[in-house]
Amino acid sequence: MLKRFVIIIFTTLALSSNVVAGTDGELILKKNKPSEIKDCSEKFNRATFAFNQVLDGAIFKPVATVYRKLPSPLRSGVGNSIDNLSNLITIPNNILQGDFAKAGVNTGRLVLNTTVGIFGIFDVAQQLGLDEYEKEDFGQSFARHGIGPGCYIVLPVLGPSTVRDTIGSVVNFTGGDAWYNITVKNDTQYFSEIDYYSSKVTSGVDFRAKNFNAIENLEKNSLDFYASVKSLYLQDRQQKILNTKKIIETQDDSDWEEIENK
Amino acid sequence: MKYNKFVFILLIYLSIFMNAYSIEPEIFVQSTVNRASKVLSQDLTKEKKIEKLKIIAEETVDIRGIGFYTLGGARKNLNDVDKKKYAKLFKKYFLKSFSSRLAEYTNPEIDVQNKKILNENYTIVNSVLKETNERPEIKIDWRIYTKNPKNPLIRDLIIEGLSLARTQKEEFASILSSNNGDINSLFKTLENFSKN
Repeated sequence: MLKRFVIIIFTTLALSSNVVAGTDGELILKKNKPSEIKDCSEKFNRATFAFNQVLDGAIFKPVATVYRKLPSPLRSGVGNSIDNLSNLITIPNNILQGDFAKAGVNTGRLVLNTTVGIFGIFDVAQQLGLDEYEKEDFGQSFARHGIGPGCYIVLPVLGPSTVRDTIGSVVNFTGGDAWYNITVKNDTQYFSEIDYYSSKVTSGVDFRAKNFNAIENLEKNSLDFYASVKSLYLQDRQQKILNTKKIIETQDDSDWEEIENK
Repeated sequence: MKYNKFVFILLIYLSIFMNAYSIEPEIFVQSTVNRASKVLSQDLTKEKKIEKLKIIAEETVDIRGIGFYTLGGARKNLNDVDKKKYAKLFKKYFLKSFSSRLAEYTNPEIDVQNKKILNENYTIVNSVLKETNERPEIKIDWRIYTKNPKNPLIRDLIIEGLSLARTQKEEFASILSSNNGDINSLFKTLENFSKN
């Protein structure tokens, strides 16, 4: 069953990469433009979003509040080790996206930080001058190969996503994530399921704590919090897919011309 | 000959005069940031800070333009009365939202680093909000409208690549679409926000 799934994924990838052999950044940009992505089941998504907000208020927010009180070096150590683990998903995706140089750098980061950096607690690689770390995932790789995002969806607990990105996450549980493979899928003597799930929960808490004020501020000052989160998520994905720090077209100048000429 | 000389001198004089009064976008951003930082670091009540920040925003942000931009296609269907009403409501909403967001920060340190001239109307100014114990470093890009070099205006803030104007536009579109495009529903939402 798993084999079949992997074959389907790779066939799809191979087909799409042939079909879009001439794909350039502009086509990917257009496909992932937030305004082009449909919210096919908005009512259901809004209900899930409301559920997630309750969950956040009951669990993540209180835990993040306590977590924020921990000494700063401790929090950055936790954040570093979570980032280090995520290399296990990033490196295969660097390769899938044809970015072999980045795959090499990230492998160096993983080895250095896991050993010298004591399980990733210290970002030794950064201090040694290796490039700044950028996460990659299977959703981003699918997008780079021309697969469109599909509809926007809100997942319980996990939050905003698209159909493509959700399938990307499924790949993690079907062999794509080495951390999952050695903790949950295979019975190794060194790790257990609890290691995997606690790393995921810690990652969620760390994210919530890092963005604590921004999220509170956004919620307080939004007219439609659901729409704001959706817009920010889709803009962020568009940037990550293009692997650019350049400012993507943020405003349509023709709109301004029309406003100015009135 | 004498006439040509006079025109030449006049042109040089005018160009020096014009340049003397034009403001470079990066200097405009840094001075705006400095003004806001000064207010935020003062020993004032939150309400007083908000009032002062509102004055800065009114002078430096193209509030009316952003308002009509974020309304998207719906602005084409507005009559003059509705346009006036919307401009007024949006200004109130924007000033409250903008100043209360900023008032949460105490003494933020922003460094202007670079600029990119997009065309004669727009320059992007790159800056960085310095890291603190509570949050990591944040990149903030300012989209500055430079058509009138003597009076540059902020038209968008792009925080870590995420455009606030675009987010606002999509938020308004969502409110309108949930209410069958009824502009009065947006008016009511804006009114309620400003009242609370």
